[in-house]
Amino acid sequence: MSKFEEIAEAVISGEVEKVGELAQDLVDEGVKPSEIIKEGLVAGMDVVGARFKANEMFVPEVLISAKSMHAGMDVVKPLLAEGESSSAGTVVIGTVEGDLHDIGKNLVAMMLEGAGFEVVDLGVDLSAEEFVDAVKEHNPEVLGLSALLTTTMPAMQNTIEALEEAGVRDQVKIMVGGAPVTEDFANEIGAYAYASDGSASTELAREFVGA
Amino acid sequence: MIVIGELINTSREEVEPAVKERDVEFIQNLAKEQEEAGADFIDVNCGTLIKEEPEALEWLVNTVQEVVDVPLCIDSPNPEALERGLAAHEGKALVNSITAEGDRYDEILPMLKEHDAAVVALAMDDSGMPNNADDRVRVASKLIDDLTADGIALDDIYVDPIIQPIGTDGEMGLHILNAIEEIATKYEGVHITCGLSNISHGLPKRQLLNQAYVVLAMSRGLDSAIMDPLDDKIMSLAIASDTLLGNDQYCANYIKAAKSERLTI
Repeated sequence: MSKFEEIAEAVISGEVEKVGELAQDLVDEGVKPSEIIKEGLVAGMDVVGARFKANEMFVPEVLISAKSMHAGMDVVKPLLAEGESSSAGTVVIGTVEGDLHDIGKNLVAMMLEGAGFEVVDLGVDLSAEEFVDAVKEHNPEVLGLSALLTTTMPAMQNTIEALEEAGVRDQVKIMVGGAPVTEDFANEIGAYAYASDGSASTELAREFVGA
Repeated sequence: MIVIGELINTSREEVEPAVKERDVEFIQNLAKEQEEAGADFIDVNCGTLIKEEPEALEWLVNTVQEVVDVPLCIDSPNPEALERGLAAHEGKALVNSITAEGDRYDEILPMLKEHDAAVVALAMDDSGMPNNADDRVRVASKLIDDLTADGIALDDIYVDPIIQPIGTDGEMGLHILNAIEEIATKYEGVHITCGLSNISHGLPKRQLLNQAYVVLAMSRGLDSAIMDPLDDKIMSLAIASDTLLGNDQYCANYIKAAKSERLTI
């Protein structure tokens, strides 16, 4: 097994300390930090995402894998060369105005981080203006809007309209999700895509940034 | 144990087309099956229909009440839909739900009074979902105090401490059990209900976790749950737990359930 495979395996099986140690070994051997991330840590999380989707891995296992990946990141990230990015892209995410339900959103944020994205989690109950400001400030490739209540789904549309008015609608790809949200609804309100779960959102985000 | 049958919900795959097409037979069968299995309320929820929801909820209430004697639990985040459902309902309905969020409380309270309905009170307020036992007890207490001060009887309040998945927080099961016990002790006579199956979200063999949790929660004061009454095992556990907790004089209910072949080992 190559060192990369070994670190990916340790991410998959959620061995937090081992991932940190293996990352350090690779650094000491002179492997490029960006390669450790891509070939080792993110490669492991890709398998986790696929297994989660296939019901072969479950939420707590994904959590501990993500934690392991972060243990590796903590070692590697400070060593990245100037201008060299560890991130697959930036995603801004939050629940829309009036909606306080954040379990789904948190899972999606975690899966995206696992896939190597820089995630700016704005939290819950965010007004359209707050989303607009965050898009201007963080300049993300992807914006994720979450709603669990049927009554807050219209706030997704309001948010998209506000982004349009502010002239930043075309700077980001917008994906929407949450238990009552459907593909049809996403199309109706002019979102770019609908993600049914954390794994789907990761695939979409990858598509968006062309990674 | 007061069982609120959860199966008529358009977020379930087979139910959405049945409601859209106004399939009377499908809905009435699903209602009757739940009543026969021992449901005390039949929940009706068509929230996924959004624009059509108020009209569809009214149709559900009328369609289900034609064939069952138990009251309905009218379930929607949309006040307009709740109002339509309540207006159509005969007898004392259960409204799902009110919260301590300012707007929501003010919108729902007048409906409860006008239609003399009972209510599920979700332990969340404008600050969001509860994190721990203290949050749950604080918000539930405020809701119970406000509702009773506004003329709703304690016996008509079903506090829902909000079940969150054990899969994302290993302490969640304990937080909720502690909250249930504290609320049940502080407000004797109030009902405590919950969306039971949320506890097992994201985990394999979910039924086993749901079954274990209903027993644990009942031992701390849970006396109702929004759940699947066609799950024989969980219904049997609820009946047995009631007997073991002293809620079944002479074990009469347990024996009756056994004789009518309703218990599964």
